[in-house]
Amino acid sequence: MAMLAMMQLLRRRGRANTELMAVNSQAIARQGTVSFRRADGTLIVGLAGPWHLGKDVPSASVLSKELSSGTPPRRLSFDTAQLTHWDSGLISFLTQASEICRTRGIAEDREGLPHGLRRLVELAEAVPEKKGARSAGLKVSFLARVGNASISSGLAISEFLGFVGELTVALGKFVRGKARYRKIDLMEAIEQCGADAVGIVSLIAFLVGVILAFMGAVQLSQFGASIYVADLVGIGMVRDMGAMMTAIIMSGRTGAAFAAKLGTMKVTQEIDALTTMGISPLEFLVLPRTLALILMMPLLCVFADLVGILGGMFVGVGMLDLSVTNYVRETISTLTLVNLFGGMIKATVYGALIAIAGCLRGFQCGNSSSAVGDAATRAVVMSIVMVVVACGVFAVVFNFLGI
Amino acid sequence: MTPDATNQEPSTNDAQIIVRNVTMAYGSFVLMSGLNFVVRRGDIFIIMGGSGCGKSTLLRHLIGLKDPATGEIIYGDVNFTKAGPEVRERLLRRFGVLYQSGALWSSMTLAENVGLPLGEFTDLTPGQIREVAALKLSLVGLKGFEDFYPSEISGGMQKRAGLARAMALDPEVLFFDEPSAGLDPISSRLLDDLILELRDNLGATIVVVTHELASIFTIANNSVFLDAESRTQIASGDPHDMLAHSTDLRVRRFLTRGQEGGDSAGSHG
Repeated sequence: MAMLAMMQLLRRRGRANTELMAVNSQAIARQGTVSFRRADGTLIVGLAGPWHLGKDVPSASVLSKELSSGTPPRRLSFDTAQLTHWDSGLISFLTQASEICRTRGIAEDREGLPHGLRRLVELAEAVPEKKGARSAGLKVSFLARVGNASISSGLAISEFLGFVGELTVALGKFVRGKARYRKIDLMEAIEQCGADAVGIVSLIAFLVGVILAFMGAVQLSQFGASIYVADLVGIGMVRDMGAMMTAIIMSGRTGAAFAAKLGTMKVTQEIDALTTMGISPLEFLVLPRTLALILMMPLLCVFADLVGILGGMFVGVGMLDLSVTNYVRETISTLTLVNLFGGMIKATVYGALIAIAGCLRGFQCGNSSSAVGDAATRAVVMSIVMVVVACGVFAVVFNFLGI
Repeated sequence: MTPDATNQEPSTNDAQIIVRNVTMAYGSFVLMSGLNFVVRRGDIFIIMGGSGCGKSTLLRHLIGLKDPATGEIIYGDVNFTKAGPEVRERLLRRFGVLYQSGALWSSMTLAENVGLPLGEFTDLTPGQIREVAALKLSLVGLKGFEDFYPSEISGGMQKRAGLARAMALDPEVLFFDEPSAGLDPISSRLLDDLILELRDNLGATIVVVTHELASIFTIANNSVFLDAESRTQIASGDPHDMLAHSTDLRVRRFLTRGQEGGDSAGSHG
């Protein structure tokens, strides 16, 4: 109702103005002005020229300045004989003026205003400000913020553990062949986190191999031991860097995609639709994605190892004058199966962590499009942090086990 | 509460859904409390009230997406609120839900959307599933759209496809969240007719969240009226009776589009 009335008024006002414009087209001022006149206790506010939003119209502070100087008037009235054009710019001025009048206890006489303008100002004031509506911006004390943060991080931890637990149950169901998911979803996820990622993984792995080789070459060639570049690159890639770099690429690529996809499904109520159909979203959506990452990460990791070693060989052969045969023989002699499996185990664990982070953040997504973006960002941050922490844990454990 | 509410104390075997003393809350913020009503078998039951008063949240409670802070929701003789996950899942399969936006699974075609519950919960072969899915889609006027993805059809069609999916398992109870939101008057009218057909021919109980008066008076024979200000239900029963007999100003204003009871915003129009 209110909207309709407003639109009608605006339309009517627009027509009147075009006529006015035609009459006064030579004589009009370039922008809206305000002037003040006093007549026995009344302050007459003269509004003149075209008042357009964004055209540098006077602000209501002019009025409060005028009221503060000299004796305060009892009434305020308006003179709009010179007013040629107006839009929301003037309405905003007038509502602020009313506010000033109210706080200073000055009576306001709106008779001098054009009819449409008066109606719009009344409309703006029709519904009183809701109490408490502004309280969202209130300052919270430092202690309260610390407390809230601790409570929410505690909740986050229990949510994380709950999610991991449910996922474990779902994996158990999968092993027993009871899980409810679509094979085609699993295949699609495998394609997405496997084959589709090969290009970017090989590029990064190759460059990491080159970088490792350069780092080693500078030091080792001083001792005439450049052949050990092969050892450095081989062990570095296979034990750690292969799995690590793949994990970081997959966090950004797949983890974010999982979070965005599940977040969007949450926003569009697709996840609710699954739940109310008696299908567990965890089995239906999270399980195939987690399985795909767990299966594909070790394969990608082995592939990255290989490409990284090629990168190292590229530097070794091209710059350090090593022969391909020597480089390969040195690499083979230094690598053990334990190294290789160690790397693959790490990659598997990283894969699970990325899937958990991506899917959890997706499920936690709020109900707006900006929340989906947040979910994707948080998924990437969370998975990279978890991967690096896991990497540290592996280093300690492997060291302890003497691997 | 209106006098009508007392008349409809049901014989329990007639009752499909019993909501008893339910309080809905987000954390410590109580949205609604003291909700008590009964949906009888074969009812078209409307949950109505102004915008933002908690109608959709009540629906989320009824379909188990949220649990009541206190009180209980009972389906037939099963206490849904206290049931374990397996009982709940079994019960959920007897419901169909049409979400506000349709909520079709965007990575599946319409036939796959409708067929998914059939594939999960029946022993039909893939060929049979496709046939049933095509049948359900033709019931909502989407014959020939089996292989379209949700993004390729209009909003109204998505809503109808969502209805086809909700009907996939011939549910006993169908829930509609704002079915006419975003539909033109004719589509909305057709949807109302479809709802009546479903009740008459499939014997389904139907619960609708809406504030479309035209719809309400066309389809409803029972309802509950939620009020945001007092945070509880202020009336229940047949909306036609409410319009005829209710003495509550808030109810009258709602049911007459603010023409009775001196609504200030209405006078501008």
